[in-house]
Order: sequence, then structure tokens, then C-alpha cells
Amino acid sequence: MRPDLEIVAGMVPAGSRVLDLGCGDGALLAHLIAERGCYGHGVEIDGDAVLACIAAGVPVTEGAIENVLRDFEDGAFDVVLLSWTLQTTRRPAAVVAGMMRVAPVGVVSFPNFAHWRLRAGLVLRGRMPSSLTLPQSWDETPDIHPCTLADFESLVTTLELGVSERILLGPARGQAGAGASARPNLLAAAAVYRLARTAHGASA
Amino acid sequence: MIDVPGSAERSLGLVETRRVALWNERDPLVLESGEQLDFVEVAYETYGELDAAASNCVFVCHALTGDAHAAGHHGNPERRGWWDNLIGPGKPLDSDRLYIVCANLLGGCQGTTGPSSIDPSTGKPYGLRFPLCTVRDLVTVHRRLLTHLGVERPLAAIGGSVGGMQVLQWSIDHPDELGAGLVICASARLTAQNIAFSAVARAAIMEDENFHGGDYYEHGVRPDNGLSLARRIAHITYLSEQSMRAKFGRRLQHDGEPLRGFGIDFAVESYLEYQGESFVNRFDANSYLYLTRVMDYFDPLGDATSGVEHLRDSRTRFLVLSFDTDWRFPTEHSREIVRVFNAARVSVTFREIESPHGHDSFLLAVPEYHRTVAAFVERMRRELCVP
Repeated sequence: MRPDLEIVAGMVPAGSRVLDLGCGDGALLAHLIAERGCYGHGVEIDGDAVLACIAAGVPVTEGAIENVLRDFEDGAFDVVLLSWTLQTTRRPAAVVAGMMRVAPVGVVSFPNFAHWRLRAGLVLRGRMPSSLTLPQSWDETPDIHPCTLADFESLVTTLELGVSERILLGPARGQAGAGASARPNLLAAAAVYRLARTAHGASA
Repeated sequence: MIDVPGSAERSLGLVETRRVALWNERDPLVLESGEQLDFVEVAYETYGELDAAASNCVFVCHALTGDAHAAGHHGNPERRGWWDNLIGPGKPLDSDRLYIVCANLLGGCQGTTGPSSIDPSTGKPYGLRFPLCTVRDLVTVHRRLLTHLGVERPLAAIGGSVGGMQVLQWSIDHPDELGAGLVICASARLTAQNIAFSAVARAAIMEDENFHGGDYYEHGVRPDNGLSLARRIAHITYLSEQSMRAKFGRRLQHDGEPLRGFGIDFAVESYLEYQGESFVNRFDANSYLYLTRVMDYFDPLGDATSGVEHLRDSRTRFLVLSFDTDWRFPTEHSREIVRVFNAARVSVTFREIESPHGHDSFLLAVPEYHRTVAAFVERMRRELCVP
């Protein structure tokens, strides 16, 4: 499993009910179901990925995240995951608000557009960001709403949510070196956030 | 990508419909209504071999006008069972690996006891004296047949339209029995529009001068006009506007100028007439009344709260599929089922499949649909079958 998925999985309590928005081929959910005894459900818009979920035995709803989210009751899950998907959604704020409606805990990971390599590429070369974490060129990428760590943290504040944990990631999506915490928005290539409904991140 | 399982050249060969008497006067079938049937015979077909642990059985629930002959042929390889594109060697329901059973429904007219069967107490066909059945009654008969065949826990049950309703009812009533349930373009509750179409179809039959209160058998006639009209009305609802446009458009049935009378002028008119005519030769009008009524009254989940209660114990893992151009049971019907499943914490996968063919899509070899069924059934087989 990809290193960032390992980190996301580590934030999911064993035996919990997990909704994975943009679950891809279901690898993370399959792991949580098999190894952590979770009840899992995925949401995925890509048909081939949905077929991969079915083949992996992962229950999944095909559709756009915002549409499918509406069909789940308040508090239907313990944890909702939004792994490397935030930047591809049409209305990121609505998605984050929706996920925190159906579960008290949310886990969000995404690439940081303020990472120094991307800044340098734009400033020095005058080219749209492209890197290990963001391999596709500007016209190929599904990322329509990229953001920085600072942008996301500001969104969290606006939505009156709290960050109960943040893990910074390096370019290969593994945990970043300790130095990154000095200037996260410049030095982290990506991050995983655990969100809680209360403004002070009370859910540990 | 040409890995559509249904496109495999191999198909089942000669198959036969068998019959078995499952209830008799010493052990009558008691229906949900409390009424009873002293003699019930069931017509069924099986494909593939039951494994030693009886763990590989898939039960096929047919829709309104289907029958036990789901796959293979009865002598003419050109005339194949109604789900032959889905069932057979190497197909999504793989007869090399699965033991597939399909039975004609109670109340039907293709070998299973129904209103055209002889009422043992009178020696005459039941007609409208046949008791009203429910989807639960249909499932009761399926389960007894499986017991007769040595299957206690089917790997899966699958059905489209009213077939899907049977799968749903089965899992609600026997939450530990079905490993998997495939509910395709079905509904948990007909809408007013659905009931309205059924009502008009039934009126066409009952207002036919040859109906004779359902006792047309003894008058040596059949309400063919009414049944044909019922079928034509229903058939329109099975197709999409898009598929009718593509298939017929405003094309004329005859070359040259339109005839401009009230006869058959447009190709679509000829098609509907053919559908009606061929239907009356294989279907009993009373069965049409009974089986459409079964659907009207079906409402196993009730309101949201009771639906969750009904499903709370279900261990069945569901695949729910709809088709984007189906306006008989549009995707919203399937979404409603999925909403209740999710609220009840029942394992469910849902897809809306793109297909131009409307409600009829479930009978057609739509590649993405067949891929989905194949992947789900194979996964369930690997998990649940005893090797």
C-alpha cells in the first residue's frame, strides 16, 4: 500500500465504520476491512476503479462524492476518509462540511501547492507545478481545486472544525523529515489531517 | 477491451424443464394471506453441477413474463432461454463453476401452479378463484424447491425488475440464508405511475369480451385482445424514448408514401402489434393479472425506520444496479433501496449503468453491466464457496 495510505489507515480505529470518498481501487478499504475489522464503504466515480473495488470485495457506491454524500444519514459513520481527493472535487468546502456531517472524525490528505519545489518551478521556470506528488501536466491533471496547507487550515477554521492531528509528508508521500515542521507550508510536499467537529480538536 | 464475459462463444446446449410437486393435500402451501393451495407443482431448470458442499448455487428469479427456461435451448439452438447471454460456460453466471437454478413463479403459466392450473377441489381451472399471492409467497416456493434440490444456503439470488423484488424479500425474511443478492433495476415500492400502468393493462384484459370473469378457459376462448393490449402498453414502458427513436424513428412500415389511414403505418406500430400477438400465444391473461398485482402490493421496507429494522439482521451482501434510461423503475428506485441498506448497515454496492435500452437493459448484454455482475459473483464465489 502507498505510504500515505498507511498513514491514513493509522488514523482509523480498529472496528470502526469507515466511509472512503474517492476510494479508487479500494486498496485502503480492503486493508481496513481485512486487517482492522472495519465496516467499510467506498465512493468512486471511475467505472474501472469501481470494478476493481467489486473484485476486491469492497462495497462501493458509484457516483460523484457530493451527490452520494447526500444519501448518507447524519453520523452514519465513525470516520470519513478523503484521501488525495480534495483537490479533485468541484466544491471542496461542501465536501469537507458534508463528510463532517456523516461522521465525527474526518481524515484528509492532499498535496501542498506551496511546497518549495512547486513555488520554484512557477517562479523560476514560469511553468505550472509538476512534481513527484503531482506528476501530471496542467492539462492532464484531475486536480481542479489545488490548495496549500495554509489554505486548507483556513478552510478548517471557516467551517469551525478542529485539527486533532497533522502529519507532514515528503515528496514520496512518506512521513516528512523533522525539519519540515519548521516551515510546513514551504517544506511539506503533502499532509494528512485528522479533523474533528469541535473547534479545538477534542476528539483524540 | 473485449473481456465481456457474455460475449464468449460457448453457450449451454440442450436443457430441459423439469417439474416437481412441492406441496400436496397432506402438506398444503399456506400463503401469506392465510389461504392455502393443496397442490403446487413447480417448473424449473438447472445449469451446471452442485458442488459437494452445496455451496455454489445461484437462484435466478425471473421477472413478470419470464419462465424457467433461462438459458440453453430446447431443441432449436436459435431459440435460446431468456437470460442466455448471462448464463452459461464462461459467462457472468458461469455454469462451469456455479449451479444455477431458475423456476417459473407461483401464479405463472409456464409449468408452475397458477390460475390456469386445475383446482383439485373443482376439477376446473382456478381462474380468479386462485388466491392472491405476494412476493413472500413466491420466495417460499423458491426456497422449497432449493430444499428439494439439496441447497440450504444459496451462494446468491439474482433478479431483474420483479425478480429483484424477490431477492430483496428473500434477504429480509431469511437474513442468514443468501450469501449475496443481486437486485437489478428493481423497486422496493411501486409509484402511482407504475401502478397506473399496471391498472390500465389489467383493465384491458378484464374488459375484453372474452374474459368471462376469468373463466374463459371453459368457454373455449381467450381475452387475446386485452392481453395483447396490456403487453403493448407495458412494452412501451420497457423501452426508452431514445431506443425507440433509434429503432424505429418515424420510419414507415411500408415503402413509399404513408397510407394516412388508421391502420398500421409506422414501423413502431407494427412492432407493437407483433409484440402483442406473440405474447398471447405464450402467456395466460389471468397470470398477468396476478403477477402484476403481486408487484403493486410489494412494499417490504415501509417507511425509512421500519425498513432499517427489517434489514438490520441481513447478512446478505448486495449488488444493486440500475440503468440510466430506465423510466419503468428509474435509478431513484434503486437509490432508495441503497439508502435503506446503508442506514441499516447492510453491505451494498451500487452502480447506475449507462445503457440506451431502458428497463429492458437487464435482459441485454450491456458490456459494463455484465462485467459488473461477473466481478461481483466471482468475488462472492471465491469468498463463500467451499473449495
